[in-house]
Amino acid sequence: MKRLMSGNEAAARGAYEAGVTVAAAYPGTPSTEITESIAKYNNIYAEWSPNEKVALEVAIGAAFAGARAICAMKHVGLNVAADPLFTVSYTGINGGLVLMIADDPGMHSSQNEQDSRHYARAAKVPMLEPSDSQECLDYVKQAFEISESFDCPVIVRLSTRISHSQSAVETGERVDYQLKYYTKDINKYVMMPAMARRRHVEVEKRMLALQEYAETANLNTIEWGSKKIGVITSGIAYQYAKEAFGDVSYLKIGMVYPLPEQLIARFASEVETLYVVEELEPFLENEIKKNGIKVIGKEFLPVIGELTAQLIKEKLLGVKQEVNEPLMENIPLRPPVMCPGCPHRGLHYVLSKLKLNVIGDIGCYTLGAQPPTESLNSVICMGASIGNALGMEKARGAEFAKKTVAILGDSTFIHSGITGLIDVVYNKGNSTVIIPDNSTTGMTGHQDNPTTGLTIKGEVTRQVDLVKLARAIGVDRVRVADPFDIQELKKIVKEEIASPEPSVIISQRPCALLKNVKHAGALKIDMEKCKKCRKCLAIGCPALADKGDFIEVNEALCVGCRLCTKVCSFNAFETSDSAEKAGALNG
Amino acid sequence: MDNLNIMIVGVGGQGTLLASRILGAVALKKDYAVKLSEVHGMAQRGGSVVTYVKFGRKIHSPLIEKHEADILLAFEELEALRWADYVKDEGMIIINSQKIDPMPVIVGKAKYPSEIVRTLSQKYKNVFTLDALKIALQCGNIKVVNIVLLGLMAAKTAIEKQIWDEALKEIVPEKLLEVNVEAFNAGYHAIQD
Repeated sequence: MKRLMSGNEAAARGAYEAGVTVAAAYPGTPSTEITESIAKYNNIYAEWSPNEKVALEVAIGAAFAGARAICAMKHVGLNVAADPLFTVSYTGINGGLVLMIADDPGMHSSQNEQDSRHYARAAKVPMLEPSDSQECLDYVKQAFEISESFDCPVIVRLSTRISHSQSAVETGERVDYQLKYYTKDINKYVMMPAMARRRHVEVEKRMLALQEYAETANLNTIEWGSKKIGVITSGIAYQYAKEAFGDVSYLKIGMVYPLPEQLIARFASEVETLYVVEELEPFLENEIKKNGIKVIGKEFLPVIGELTAQLIKEKLLGVKQEVNEPLMENIPLRPPVMCPGCPHRGLHYVLSKLKLNVIGDIGCYTLGAQPPTESLNSVICMGASIGNALGMEKARGAEFAKKTVAILGDSTFIHSGITGLIDVVYNKGNSTVIIPDNSTTGMTGHQDNPTTGLTIKGEVTRQVDLVKLARAIGVDRVRVADPFDIQELKKIVKEEIASPEPSVIISQRPCALLKNVKHAGALKIDMEKCKKCRKCLAIGCPALADKGDFIEVNEALCVGCRLCTKVCSFNAFETSDSAEKAGALNG
Repeated sequence: MDNLNIMIVGVGGQGTLLASRILGAVALKKDYAVKLSEVHGMAQRGGSVVTYVKFGRKIHSPLIEKHEADILLAFEELEALRWADYVKDEGMIIINSQKIDPMPVIVGKAKYPSEIVRTLSQKYKNVFTLDALKIALQCGNIKVVNIVLLGLMAAKTAIEKQIWDEALKEIVPEKLLEVNVEAFNAGYHAIQD
């Protein structure tokens, strides 16, 4: 039966059909739904791991033990998991091991747009790249076959438009995969120098064998059309190229590393003009040019952002789509914002009022960098805030630390903030670390994590106690505050930055979008009491509107969190008559 | 059939994703090739969001680009304006008459444009507006705004009503089906030709 599936759902289905029994991941857009979908299959163990490195280590363990295992993450997650990847490339596997890596060209929801194909070459592992949902399913299954045939992990690379586009998929049956025999094998699995040197030889042999496999693999296909133009392309770029070029010849690369060099040379020799169409880096292009083949690619196509069919037509064929003039100049932008009722809003309001240096991290609270609070100084990567803050303190001294806080969410703290906090204690820093604990992993769409007390399957589990954890690390000053009690929070932050020792403030209030969070219902403004001072607009609530002559509450958006009442000096907010309208935000 | 390109635009959180799932079910019932594309993650947090739905014989790119959309279904006025140049000259724009101020407007750095519907109507012949929020409230559930709009859009396509009804039944959870069917029908009959 044909079903409409996103690339992520189809990849999950592929894992199911391949007989996978262990799946581990840390959520990250656009990869999150792969593991969410896998978790719905009863006969697969699935987990949210604390971070991508642990996730890959769990998957490696399962593969060593003889199971088929899968591990999913976004492109930057692979930076975290790179350490085990480079060495499991040496050991090889036992049961099949597949890594799903989702790139984010255009940075819809990421801090950089690195091209993960470089990892395949650097770690010497094969990489497949599907171009629609059906291929996501098929390639995942084939990746397990390759993994076991060549004794290596296999990466399947997705991108945002593959992960989050839906197309029809023909599903199949799950294979009855039997655990492979497991035996202790020091020479294969213990990577000390003597053994690793021998394994590296195996890696090089394997890459040659894989290159030969690529020449005839059904993953790389030629579609002959007019031979005036040949296009070498892969992944989502293939779809754009098909639309831009129409009836020409295509070499569609399904295995982007290692490349089928002879097949490419044969294809190149039969077409008059050869283009390479790929998103981000000239990865295919450089590999092809290395063999002396003349191709046109990144001299015209951008290395920045996503491609589109129109962009390819314009840059490579000189055909510009006629478009209408914009109907209006200066249409206001609509950047993402913290939701109505978001607990982070109170925290960012306090931080901006105190004019602190706020060293940020990855999560919904990163949105505090936007107007009106503009409260962040820097954001690098998951867990970076604490180390960054300590480094600033060591560079500029203790006085600077008294005006500085690090801020990172509950899930991000567990991911890679704990080690930063240990560094602060160990190396005698004074840093103040604020953990906005919203009882979920918010930005990626509400995944449980070790602090929520629930597993990915919704089972109750032991909950990490952030207060006890911070104390155990050696932080004596641990405070818990409600971000909607602005005065109290402000007092606590002031006390903690002034103290000459490390401190942790847990700013605790659940995400407003969680199902178990009840909302009181919309507020409205008493026009007689409102003095139009506009102080309430400084909290940056999307449910408030400045109508020029008056301020208005958008009752369809307001959830009645009452944060605005805490900053209003005139008591102008009151409960709306239509408070039952609350909850208009319906994902 | 010829290709049919539909864009659903709105503000993150407005429920554009359910509408696109129903469209997907419709396509499968009609045995059309279909691709749906949407963005998750940060953009969903109150930002400008867009879902592309493409029906046809063979679909390659999941994206709809400028001047390619047959129908623009806008859940919010400013978003209709923002994405209007994606619509073909002879295309159709359906607008929910709801205004949600974006943050630059709230903090006084920009002005919410006035006369959006009039501006669009001057350029495009097929512009329809509907107070879907009001109709949703009449149906007794503010959350069905998306289905009211989908109903209006369905009436403007050549796809049989029965197909839509079946798709609704398939996608909407049992306990919410009644109110959604009511909302869909209200939208379907909201504007008579």
